[in-house]
Amino acid sequence: MVKFTGKGVYGAVAIGKISIFKKQDVTVKRVHINDTDAEKARVKSAKEASTEQLQAIYEKALKEVGETNAQIFEIHMMMLEDEDYNESIENIIETQKVNAEYAVAVTADNFAEMFSSMDDAYMQARAADVKDISNRIIANLNGTAAGGTDTEGKMIVCADDLAPSETVSLDKDRVLAFVTAHGSSNSHTAILARNMNIPAVIGAGDDFLARINDGDEAIVDGFTGEVFLNPDDATKERLLSKQKADEEKKRLLQKLKGKENITLDGTKINIYANIGSVDNIGAVLLNDAGGIGLFRSEFLYLENSSYPTEEQQFTAYKRALESMAGKKVIIRTLDIGADKQVDYFELKKEENPALGYRAIRICLTRPEIFRTQLRALFRASVYGNLGIMFPMITSVSEVERIIAICGEVRAELKTQGIAYSESVELGIMIETPAAAIISDKLAPMVDFFSVGTNDLTQYTLACDRQNPDIEQFCDTHHEAVLRLIEMSAENAHKNGAWIGICGELAADTTLTETFLRMGIDELSVSPTFVLKVRDAVRNIDLST
Amino acid sequence: MVKKTVTVTNEQGLHMRPAGVLAKAVKDHPDCEVILYANGKTIKAKAPMQIMAAGMKKGCEVEIVCEGADEQAVLDEIAGMFEAGFGE
Repeated sequence: MVKFTGKGVYGAVAIGKISIFKKQDVTVKRVHINDTDAEKARVKSAKEASTEQLQAIYEKALKEVGETNAQIFEIHMMMLEDEDYNESIENIIETQKVNAEYAVAVTADNFAEMFSSMDDAYMQARAADVKDISNRIIANLNGTAAGGTDTEGKMIVCADDLAPSETVSLDKDRVLAFVTAHGSSNSHTAILARNMNIPAVIGAGDDFLARINDGDEAIVDGFTGEVFLNPDDATKERLLSKQKADEEKKRLLQKLKGKENITLDGTKINIYANIGSVDNIGAVLLNDAGGIGLFRSEFLYLENSSYPTEEQQFTAYKRALESMAGKKVIIRTLDIGADKQVDYFELKKEENPALGYRAIRICLTRPEIFRTQLRALFRASVYGNLGIMFPMITSVSEVERIIAICGEVRAELKTQGIAYSESVELGIMIETPAAAIISDKLAPMVDFFSVGTNDLTQYTLACDRQNPDIEQFCDTHHEAVLRLIEMSAENAHKNGAWIGICGELAADTTLTETFLRMGIDELSVSPTFVLKVRDAVRNIDLST
Repeated sequence: MVKKTVTVTNEQGLHMRPAGVLAKAVKDHPDCEVILYANGKTIKAKAPMQIMAAGMKKGCEVEIVCEGADEQAVLDEIAGMFEAGFGE
């Protein structure tokens, strides 16, 4: 067994036989000619033939990889009409009295060189596009056959590099994977492989090409970028099970993506995602979450060496809201304390940080920090569907103060002529037993509750969740915790508020039915659990 | 002759797709010449390769100059495309 490593561009595992892609022969000779007009006419008809072929490839791509990705070939057709490119070819024929093939090849080199020398990886990769269209013209001038593979059946297509048109021209049903010795992950081949859902490894190296033959067995791991040539049994077994697990996950995704979170008897629930940074939004959308149920704003503070400015925060919130395009985004205000230390807050060391100076307690005693965050949040609210959630609530007076400050911030924005949305929902975390017990008083003050089960459990059971020695006493399904959640749900609904759960318990599918029976309106889980919970919901029948 | 200065709004700059969309739009008006000035370069807007080669990144200022038939309408159309991020 030999292992090669390149860059994986689509995460999946393929096992099969290697088939080497034989390139079209585009060797060009410089030939002196006299009739320059005849050469120009040859270029013209070769270009016409190329356009026709590209049109056919475009139509194939349209079906297989969608319009956005097929557009490359439309642009390739336009590149064939590019004035500078054509003038260059005609000039070379005219001034040097050379054959059309040579003029096209020189022009291609010059344009490719121009792109290669740009300071941008994406533009450098465009050199391949120029080569691709030019080689097509040359092949049409030469009358050489198109490139391709020689083997039968399913194959792992291997090549030095593949042009986009070569990638699309292959019979998709026969391609298990792509492996190229060169090329960049910015190349269209990489992009197309991703869209064809075919694992691909780019840049496996020259040694890889030198070692392979048609029919060799290989495993391609698109997750890690590894290619195993003639794999041993242990490797084979390991990757087969990886392949199986991945296929199971994708099957679930395929089956459940776009489906409603609805029980067999028709009860609906929202399944949202928890995230800790704007960078996680991709995972939220990929896993088809209905919104963001908990956006921890701490990253803004943890990543900075001093208090993040209003502008910095505004930009991050705006980006999150815009990326979610109108879906609910619930952002939790600052939740740091002695366990999540940030130097510039200069928090004193505490005996008992879980019960100490943290979260809303910092916000209410240092209102300047709180106001900056609220201003940024309200300003961003016009870009989407925002909810603001306050952590560590224990009393009615805290909520009164929060609502008063929100009112002041809005009034200030109004005076300054700065826009904000009137429909921002305000909610509180239910993560202390106190909040759950007085939830009848708190519910009329807010739009929603969100139960933070991790803290609620540790405070209710008097169990430090960081201490492994007492794990056996920290029963996450403890009846006391569940009763507090149920009580909060009842009080929320009596007062026209909705209730979600955003702690780890929300993803515990052994409790999904219990939560549904309590009337929980929303479960917010980490993005990778969204579909697992959806699957559970869709198999529950509350009518029995 | 009419002109207007716009800013590139596309995250990845004027890469292949927007360049293609722009060149295609300009070609629909063969009687109006459209020239772009950006990054110290003069770019014929109907040539996709020139557009790409100019390396116009996000935030880059571009002066659009139109001359010929319906020049104001063409200018408005092209400027609008820049502002809309070429539909991205």
